[in-house]
Amino acid sequence: MLEVADLEVRYGAIQAVRGISLTAKRGELIALLGANGAGKSTTIMCIAGALKPAAGSIRIAGEDVTSAGPEAMIRKGLATVTETRDVFPDLTVAENLMLGSYIRRHDRAGVTEDRERMLTLFPRLAERSSQPAGTLSGGEQQMLVIARAMMSRPKVLLLDEPSLGLAPAIVDQIFEMIGVLKRSGLTIVLVEQNIAKALEVADRAYVMRLGRIAASGTAGEISAATDFNAVYLGG
Amino acid sequence: MTFALQFLIDVLSLGGAYALMALGLVIVYGILKLVNFAYGELIMVAGYTLFLVGGSGLPWLVMAAVAVLMAVIAGILTDYVAFRPVRAKSVTAVLITSFAFSTLLQNAALLFISPRPRNVPMPAAFSQTVELAGVITPVRNLITIAAAVVLLGVFTFLMRRTVLGIAMRAAATNFTMARMLGVPANLIISSAFAISGLLAGIVGILWIGRIGTVVPGIGNEPLLVAFIATVIGGMRSLGGAVLGGFLLALIDTTLNYTLSQELLKFRDAFTFSLVILILLWRPEGLLKGPATGQRT
Repeated sequence: MLEVADLEVRYGAIQAVRGISLTAKRGELIALLGANGAGKSTTIMCIAGALKPAAGSIRIAGEDVTSAGPEAMIRKGLATVTETRDVFPDLTVAENLMLGSYIRRHDRAGVTEDRERMLTLFPRLAERSSQPAGTLSGGEQQMLVIARAMMSRPKVLLLDEPSLGLAPAIVDQIFEMIGVLKRSGLTIVLVEQNIAKALEVADRAYVMRLGRIAASGTAGEISAATDFNAVYLGG
Repeated sequence: MTFALQFLIDVLSLGGAYALMALGLVIVYGILKLVNFAYGELIMVAGYTLFLVGGSGLPWLVMAAVAVLMAVIAGILTDYVAFRPVRAKSVTAVLITSFAFSTLLQNAALLFISPRPRNVPMPAAFSQTVELAGVITPVRNLITIAAAVVLLGVFTFLMRRTVLGIAMRAAATNFTMARMLGVPANLIISSAFAISGLLAGIVGILWIGRIGTVVPGIGNEPLLVAFIATVIGGMRSLGGAVLGGFLLALIDTTLNYTLSQELLKFRDAFTFSLVILILLWRPEGLLKGPATGQRT
């Protein structure tokens, strides 16, 4: 479903991503792990179309989308939840969700159906539907950005650090939702600092170090074979 | 009572015009985080269009509509000529191109039309006065108030109830995220310039209606007014622009009423002193916008 080959990304002279290749099959959840500065978020933003790659290719369902901008990417079936949890703070929860379905706004019946589905999945959002998104708690904002991304009916969902800065109970809830989305057949790329949680839901995992893939394998292999202290603390 | 009503009409009509000017400037600023210095020239374009179609014998409303349409087109053209080619480069580049476009339009008017004031056709109502509960006031003041109420209403509806408006508000707070949801950047930016042109066109006709003539520099004062109003009100908030417009009109009108004849020529000095005081008190402007202030 998603194939990334030899991706390189530069910020001026700095090469943040140095030839990353990864694949995710339909319905698969892959985790992208690694320390701060390993290039995980850069990889995600590049796949999302927000950063231009210096080299390499990105394919969704076989179609080359390497140089497509962010506006085009979502139309190709790829939705992104950024690390910065970008709700539109002065827009209500309902308006945020509505913008999530911007590319298919003429499919009113389908949009209504998906909104109901998301509000059932995240009942907290239903309660706060007419509230400005900026007034939500961190966990609720995270639920909102995931729900908003799902409103475009993506084939692939990129999730960057969904647990960042959230209370453990909320993190459990969020991961439960990620599990539900995965079981619905969605392909998910998950970037996560919380390795234990990530490996719990992931089918396969890639470990990044200094812009390269240092290890990859099934979630079981990775958790058995990788010395995460070395990955995260340097060693 | 009569005095109060007179004062109120003056503040509301001037404030309505100022608010519309400010709104036209801030709608573009909100999305691009850049001041469009060619904004005053949109008013000029409306004025000269009205002058040029003046002899056509068309009904006045049709001529006015043509003038507003030309301002809208000039607004969209500003995007294509001054902003889009250099948008990705640097803030400085865009500031210079928007200044350049402004100078170009003004000089085109100087060269091809005239540096001297040109009469624009205005309906008789603009120069008439009417008595309202003992207050004699120019009809154009009431027209300005009515136009401001209608336009602010339409604008509010557009920004709150339509998909385009909501997408524009979203783009104003986080442009990249809006694009990642599939909202086309160019559509949003061009729409902002078109709305800016629409507001400039309408307010331009009302503004020119006060004096009945158009000169190449006609847009300078509205640009300054719009800029100050948005700075007072808060550059990131649409409501702030409107508030700033009315507040500036309140200050101006109060000074008009209270200053003696000799001091009145220094009115702007008093106005700007007050503006400085307001900014010392609230450096961010009166209303804080939700924006993160990131540039796009």
